[in-house]
Amino acid sequence: MNKLGKNLVDIGYMDTLSAGRSFLHKLDARAKLLTTVLFMAAVVSLDKYQVSAMIPFSLYPIFLIGAGNLPAGYILRKTAVVAPFAVFVGMFNPLLDRQILFHLGSFGVSGGWVSFLSILIRFSLTVSAALALLCVTGINALCEALVRAGVPKPFAVQLLFLNRYLFVLTGEAERMTRARRLRSCDRGATAPRAFIQIVGHLLLRTMDRAERVYRAMLCRGFDGHVRVVRFSRIGRAELAFILGWAALFAVFRSVNLPVILGQAVAGAWK
Amino acid sequence: MSHHIIEADAIRYSYPDGTAALGGVSFRISHGESVALVGENGAGKSTLLQHFTGCLFPESGSLSIGGVPVSKQNLLAVRRAVGMVFQNPDDQLFMPTVFEDVAFGLLNLGVPEAELEGKVMAALETVGAPHLRARPPYRLSQGEKRAVSIAGVLAMSPDILVMDEPTSNLDPLSRRRLIGLLRTFQHTKIIATHDLDFALELCERTLVIHKGSITADGPTREIFRDEQLLMRSSLEKPLSLGS
Amino acid sequence: MHMADALISPAVGGAMWAVSGGLIGYGAKKVREEADDRKIPLMGVLGAFIFAAQMINFSIPGTGSSGHLGGGMILSILLGPHAAFLVMASVLTVQALFFADGGLLALGCNIFNMGFFTCFIAYPLIYRKLVCGSLDKKRVLLGAVLAGIVGLQLGAFSVVLETVFSGVSELPFKTFVFLMQPIHLAIGLVEGLVTAGVVSFATAARPEILTAAAERTPLGGSVKKAALGIAGAAILIGTGLSWFASADPDGLEWAMLRTSGQEALESRGKLRGVLASWQEKTAFLPDYSFKKDVSAAEAVLAGKAAAEPGAGGKSAWPAVDSGTSAAGLVGGVMTLLLAALIGIALKKRNAAA
Repeated sequence: MNKLGKNLVDIGYMDTLSAGRSFLHKLDARAKLLTTVLFMAAVVSLDKYQVSAMIPFSLYPIFLIGAGNLPAGYILRKTAVVAPFAVFVGMFNPLLDRQILFHLGSFGVSGGWVSFLSILIRFSLTVSAALALLCVTGINALCEALVRAGVPKPFAVQLLFLNRYLFVLTGEAERMTRARRLRSCDRGATAPRAFIQIVGHLLLRTMDRAERVYRAMLCRGFDGHVRVVRFSRIGRAELAFILGWAALFAVFRSVNLPVILGQAVAGAWK
Repeated sequence: MSHHIIEADAIRYSYPDGTAALGGVSFRISHGESVALVGENGAGKSTLLQHFTGCLFPESGSLSIGGVPVSKQNLLAVRRAVGMVFQNPDDQLFMPTVFEDVAFGLLNLGVPEAELEGKVMAALETVGAPHLRARPPYRLSQGEKRAVSIAGVLAMSPDILVMDEPTSNLDPLSRRRLIGLLRTFQHTKIIATHDLDFALELCERTLVIHKGSITADGPTREIFRDEQLLMRSSLEKPLSLGS
Repeated sequence: MHMADALISPAVGGAMWAVSGGLIGYGAKKVREEADDRKIPLMGVLGAFIFAAQMINFSIPGTGSSGHLGGGMILSILLGPHAAFLVMASVLTVQALFFADGGLLALGCNIFNMGFFTCFIAYPLIYRKLVCGSLDKKRVLLGAVLAGIVGLQLGAFSVVLETVFSGVSELPFKTFVFLMQPIHLAIGLVEGLVTAGVVSFATAARPEILTAAAERTPLGGSVKKAALGIAGAAILIGTGLSWFASADPDGLEWAMLRTSGQEALESRGKLRGVLASWQEKTAFLPDYSFKKDVSAAEAVLAGKAAAEPGAGGKSAWPAVDSGTSAAGLVGGVMTLLLAALIGIALKKRNAAA
């Protein structure tokens, strides 16, 4: 299977997960989105040499995975392969920042290694939380949440339509590239000329489809305004979810729990 | 309700690139009739169907629905009267969930939100798909997609139902279900199809269109026995009619 | 060149969210004013097209590497800048949600870097000027390549600025610029070539696509002015906010010292000390404040460590002296285990229900 096919299966799988029935799935998407954004803001606002203070934040993605009954291995694997950019840029930190920050035994640890580790943890936390959010909410509901959060109407409608035709067009592109593959002996990436032809054809088909969709809309009384109805609402459960987590994040953010825990353990040891 | 007669008088239409698609098509369909529209690929079926919903207008000749000429001024009235089910449900189900899709037309008609739920669900019940309400369309089977797109059209309570290849891509069971469903409708039906067995079961009358003109118009059974006529339109006598 | 959540500070992320949000509002207003019904489904489906096309890789001859389409330029040519920007923003949003590409906080940055420069700068100021609605293959090629390069250069530069202002990465400004710009010169060239290819292919089959697009995109001088104004404002807001609001002004200091010369390394410790103590007093996010509360306990615990020479000199960085670090290490592992246990318990309960 090529990259497209894999991606298609992948987004299909996440979409299936989002049809789960846990209480997390039932929460209004806006509550989950807002909480996740709070979570990320709290995590990335930590100092770049902070490592231990970030650990308690892992409770949030772990909670989403556990309470949402998501496959933990899958989320971890996806987190690991996503966005090499952060790792690439972070790798320079140990090279550039060589000042020794502290010693572990006789081994001096430089600031660069600490901040690199910090980047990696930040990265795992934000990415796993974002993926878990999608898997307990679904792309539709998330876009709906954005719509209800008050994005301008044309952009809201754009998100709705994009969403609707994602799978259709990705499927179409996948069939086209598969057809090319079956009739060509080369196995690597598509040659530029073939790529242009495939994408050009896909573009023409897309424009035709847009025309047919437009006609279908006209036939059902479309007058330039897409009217959207939404039934979800923010209730007590949603408020409790947002406030509860916000309070926890505030605690995690202001008190370094692992250090206190470590000290308590060390104290007891003595 | 005699005011839902469809009357076409010598409709001509050619595409911007000069291809002549319809060369003087005339017929009259009265209320409650079920009419099959058959013909080879590119015969002009789809072009004709687009005239029914005012997506295309005749260059010459006239088309009127319920005595109202199909023109830019009357578009709203025409589109209220005619419900069109597209060949590819993916073109028609453009909203993110089934419920919203069925609600789309209703909201355009100005149905208040309080009545929306009831009307949408009633339409979904009619096609036997109330359980699909929260599903996104790309998660449906072909048969389900077809049922839901019909619900979206029915919700607007049209008088005339126009369908383009409703049985394409359906498995036999879904096709059978669709036949059962359409039998229960009292609407005037115009169905463009290559599935002659389907036409035979549902439509008492058939129009054969060939290269942009009507070459036959009469009772379905008689027309489908005329092998020469069918052959000319790249069609084949349905097996169920025997030899 | 997706920016990642892990690399940005909340100040930069927030500022870019605000800027991109403003641009989306502006684009939405313009699209509404155009009042072209047909564009609504067209934009939606083209967004899905770009989403799908980005997943098709093509080989770049002679390099052994492969690339994919960015799409901003094709969208601008087909839809005009405002609608194209909205479509790009929607595609990036969905990618951030689906693949965690970049991430939610960095979304504002990514929309700005990959949408704004292509749609509002490179397309109107370069492509349109050069091509003037012509279908001539050579002109389309020239316009698309130049616009592609400029759009990506600006975008890449913006990535550098955002990263440096955020201060999470240690990469100094100069090095980062020298890393990013040449790579994106190549990417921009490829993007331009592919864009020209696809546009020429599509218009050869159906010339009316572009004439329809040209009719749809009235582009007055005011748009360019507005675009430049917004760009200026964005840079000002971004700079200002990261300067004033950043809980970690380190990055900026870094960039400035690094670019100004070699003395950076020597003066760093001192400057850091000053900044850190200043920060301790003024930071609105309590970066190090817990330190005072636990310092007594820490002193006892870390008695041995504090005697070490390295730790002694580190008084400017109380949060990371080795006593805290050891405690943090032990506690961190335990916290992680605890969190994992909670997760497993939740899952078990879920499975039972």
